[in-house]
Amino acid sequence: MSEHGHLWQNGPELDGQIPPGAIENKWDDLRFSMKLVAPANRRHYHVIVVGSGLAGASVATALGEQGYRVSCFCFQDSPRRAHSVAAQGGINAAKNYRNDGDSIRRLFYDTVKGGDYRSRESNTYRLAQISTEIIDQCVAQGVPFAREYGGYLDNRSFGGVQVSRTFYARGQTGQQLLLGAYQSLTRQIAAGQVEMHVRSEMLDLIVVDGIARGIVVRNLLTGEIRAVLGDAVVLATGGYSNVFFLSTNAKGCNVTAIWRAYRKGAVFANPCYTQIHPTCIPPSGSHQSKLTLMSESLRNDGRIWVPRHPGDTRSPNAVPEPDRYYFLEEKYPSFGNLVPRDVASRNAKQVVDEGMGVGPQQNGVYLDFSEAMERLGRGTIEQRYGNLFDMYHSITGEDPYAVPMRIYPAVHYTMGGLWVDYQLQSNVPGLFVLGEANFSDHGANRLGASALMQGLADGYFIAPYTIGNYLAGIDQTAVTADAPEVTGAIADVRNRLSALLGIQGRRTALSLHRELGQIMWEQCGMARTAESLSTAQAQLQGLRESFWNELYVPGDAGSLNQNLEFAGRVADLIELGELLVLDALHREESCGGHFREESQTADGEAKRNDEEFSYVAGWAWQGEGAAPMLRREPLAFEAVRLSERSYS
Amino acid sequence: MKLHLRVWRQSSAEDRGRFEDYELDDVSPDSSFLEMLDLLNEQLLEQRKMPVAFDHDCREGICGMCGLMIDGTAHGPVPGHTVCQLHMRHFKDGDRIVIEPWRVAAFPVVQDLVVDRGSFDRILQRGGFISFATGTAPEANSILIPKDRVDTAMDAATCIGCGACAAACPNGSATLFTAAKIGHLGHLPQGQPERYQRVMGMVGQMDAEGFGGCTNVGACTSVCPKEIGQDFISQMNRDYRRAVLGRTGD
Amino acid sequence: MWRSSIGKKIIMAGTGLIWIGYLLVHMYGNLKAFAGEEAFNHYAESLRTLGEPMVGHGHALMIARIVLTLSLVAHVWAAMVLTRAAQQARPTGYARFRQASGNYATITMRWGGLALGLFILYHLAHLTWNVPVLTGEYEPGNTFDKLVVGFTNPVNVVLYLLALVAVGLHLWHGSASFFQTMGWRTAANRQQIRFLTGVLAVAIPVGFAVVPLAVAAGFVA
Repeated sequence: MSEHGHLWQNGPELDGQIPPGAIENKWDDLRFSMKLVAPANRRHYHVIVVGSGLAGASVATALGEQGYRVSCFCFQDSPRRAHSVAAQGGINAAKNYRNDGDSIRRLFYDTVKGGDYRSRESNTYRLAQISTEIIDQCVAQGVPFAREYGGYLDNRSFGGVQVSRTFYARGQTGQQLLLGAYQSLTRQIAAGQVEMHVRSEMLDLIVVDGIARGIVVRNLLTGEIRAVLGDAVVLATGGYSNVFFLSTNAKGCNVTAIWRAYRKGAVFANPCYTQIHPTCIPPSGSHQSKLTLMSESLRNDGRIWVPRHPGDTRSPNAVPEPDRYYFLEEKYPSFGNLVPRDVASRNAKQVVDEGMGVGPQQNGVYLDFSEAMERLGRGTIEQRYGNLFDMYHSITGEDPYAVPMRIYPAVHYTMGGLWVDYQLQSNVPGLFVLGEANFSDHGANRLGASALMQGLADGYFIAPYTIGNYLAGIDQTAVTADAPEVTGAIADVRNRLSALLGIQGRRTALSLHRELGQIMWEQCGMARTAESLSTAQAQLQGLRESFWNELYVPGDAGSLNQNLEFAGRVADLIELGELLVLDALHREESCGGHFREESQTADGEAKRNDEEFSYVAGWAWQGEGAAPMLRREPLAFEAVRLSERSYS
Repeated sequence: MKLHLRVWRQSSAEDRGRFEDYELDDVSPDSSFLEMLDLLNEQLLEQRKMPVAFDHDCREGICGMCGLMIDGTAHGPVPGHTVCQLHMRHFKDGDRIVIEPWRVAAFPVVQDLVVDRGSFDRILQRGGFISFATGTAPEANSILIPKDRVDTAMDAATCIGCGACAAACPNGSATLFTAAKIGHLGHLPQGQPERYQRVMGMVGQMDAEGFGGCTNVGACTSVCPKEIGQDFISQMNRDYRRAVLGRTGD
Repeated sequence: MWRSSIGKKIIMAGTGLIWIGYLLVHMYGNLKAFAGEEAFNHYAESLRTLGEPMVGHGHALMIARIVLTLSLVAHVWAAMVLTRAAQQARPTGYARFRQASGNYATITMRWGGLALGLFILYHLAHLTWNVPVLTGEYEPGNTFDKLVVGFTNPVNVVLYLLALVAVGLHLWHGSASFFQTMGWRTAANRQQIRFLTGVLAVAIPVGFAVVPLAVAAGFVA
């Protein structure tokens, strides 16, 4: 660690403000001790919510229902398009409807273990506690979860856990949950409690006297730039997987909102924790603009294999059983194909690197349903995975009922994000961060079917309390539009847009984004080394210079200019990439989605270093060109015992 | 593949707009339609021209952001697909392709191929929800729903709100969209208390937004990326009739 | 109800049903031509004496005419308003547009309806108002004779048959739309409705066509 000491400066520790007491009681105790705002007074408070996915829509709804004035912003043309919509598999809840040994404690334990002991225990426990309420809430909203013939809710086992606790709505659980949240949000919009601003992008955070007091937004249609002032700001703007260019995220997903907040003083935690999803469709060529994920529920019935001998180009159905290498089943007999995402991904990378990759580009592994179809019948497979099979067929032109699917890992989710305390408040008072945009609950790797759960837990059941508690305690002096912090932030945004337009070079934002992705994936992807990361640092610095010297953005800032929006996002992603690489370089251990080749066990598994790295790495911006400050939050595990993750 | 594209260009809502022709070489048959447009835009930027604005986001057929009229068919020639899921292998080398925005008065063109579908959100604001406050929900399994009922509700709930139904309808009607949303909640026990109020409110707003009426053509279902059926329209009509005639007893 | 788009469609469905009922009665009457001159004329006269003595002479017919006229006016009014709304819903058309669904009946619904309206005027002019240019010499008061003389003119036969094609198409789409608009069509009865509306769309035009054809061929004289 010390050898890289010049890359950052150490700063004071961060305090997660974890309530005292037994882990089961922390949330209840805290809620009881919270200050409340009287119902009649709530309309005097204005809360700004950025993002309208599960976390943003739900918090805007819940605050609106309580009587606060809420303004909600999204860059899409409707709040119902946020990328939560694309989650396929399901949502976990410790209902134990299957009587198979599930409990709040087990969900908590699985989540902490899945996160490779790098999450904040108290947050994760609360998440498991709240999980059951979320299902009740969603059913009441009219979410059509899958049901059994008796009319009761159906569950399935999902992503490396041994109980069936996942609720789902065909392969479109995220869509249905988002529509549920959107419907409730719509009701608040209709009631006048929430003012919705679509096609609006937050381009800066306004901080006055160290407190978050508003945002600068650009109307993407008219180009109008204005300050929106309020009493609290909530960022629920999702993750930054698009730093890898090719990811399963929507094209619009970006880091700008939280990156701008970072540059205004909010601490960015664990940026290097990125999740690779094992079941994506491999890229088909240089035109590829994004990767498509297929629900990992496919691994419940599909068997993963490659030809045992490198260079075997026979068609999959012609490869006899002895020549098939079911690498996950062989290496991990008790979990088999259901090992956690990072383990499955890394093993796929390993066999592809060893020359056993399949498909025209030799960049995938097979996911084979022939045995399951024999056992369960084609009808059952169709019923379970029909839409995924159709999707695969339409993208690749191959029929997965006839030949095995080809899959390869892709970046899918980012566990890192803005640092928040137990109340989901960042180190900047008044700035709350929810959902994928924060860092807290998933540690170094996220358990399948937990992202939807976290977004809704944060939005419906945590932030509405903690924001109320914050508002009840503030001294509500108004910030005026002519305050220097406000006019300054607006001027910064204008200058930045002018700068992007003024370069007038020869390279497009898309080509720069592609290059960024290549650097990140090759040097800082599924496996990282000190050397590759140092290479990445040099390359990213070069890329940043190229960006600001060679970019070409046509048109102006006074109307819809999709290229301008995109260029701004790429600029922030490049800067974030540098921080991500620095974080990966500093964390000289392997944990969860972060795999340092220097730190592995004899059989190639991730090896944590609890003694040195059992902490959250929070990075604080120190100004342009200055090394960021590292602020640690030590992780204490009281309810679970740290153990080596083993799936063999 | 080589393609000849005829693309609608319109710099703003006020601009009258016109078609422009472009030639595009080296399109991979494995690329998606939107990736083909990416390639066109890179070529335009190379020539220092304004790229074609089009809406897109998830690029996997679920967000409902993309939507183009391709050779006169909403979302292009493959049924059950959005534009982003349409791959160029469905076209031939040398094809001429006409690309237009949705043409519906209630979806005004913003720029090039981008339209404003806010009217859909406003329809939903007139009742496309279940009125209940966070925290009041009963235990999830206390509401039993027969499997076939929830499956039907899900069939309707898959609507992504892309607007293809209205774009393809010869009457510019949003009936399928509205019916799908009403059908989703109308098939669930949770949706019953507001069932008739909902249909009155949403149909009223649908008309007020300037969408045309339904003449049972079925073009909407043919182009719907989620293949939502005409039965939901029948159901909406029944609910509406009952609501108007006050026969909401059953 | 009449304000909304669905309400207007319900009006169209209801008035359309009245006309379907009328067509069936009308067809039944026409077919009486095969029973001979006396039976046919007796039937024609009984239309005037229907309901006597409770209602006055010709009053039932008058009521029927009023109901039919009002239905037609309402039907046409709703169609016109909906057509205008559809035109306003797409002020700028597509450069290229492929109708994604719908058969000939669906597409021709509006023009077919207009054509039918014109035919009804012609038909009334011919057989009810007795406009001399359209009618040949017939025995006054003998409806059967008027029919036979009328359909001896091949122009009338051809126009009549063309109109029946339009009736068939209009009925095919219209009767199916009736069930859809009233909300009675479900996944379960879709096939039955398709069959029923198909039968209706063929049976009524055929039922009407046999009389002029028989007259033209000399079977009825």
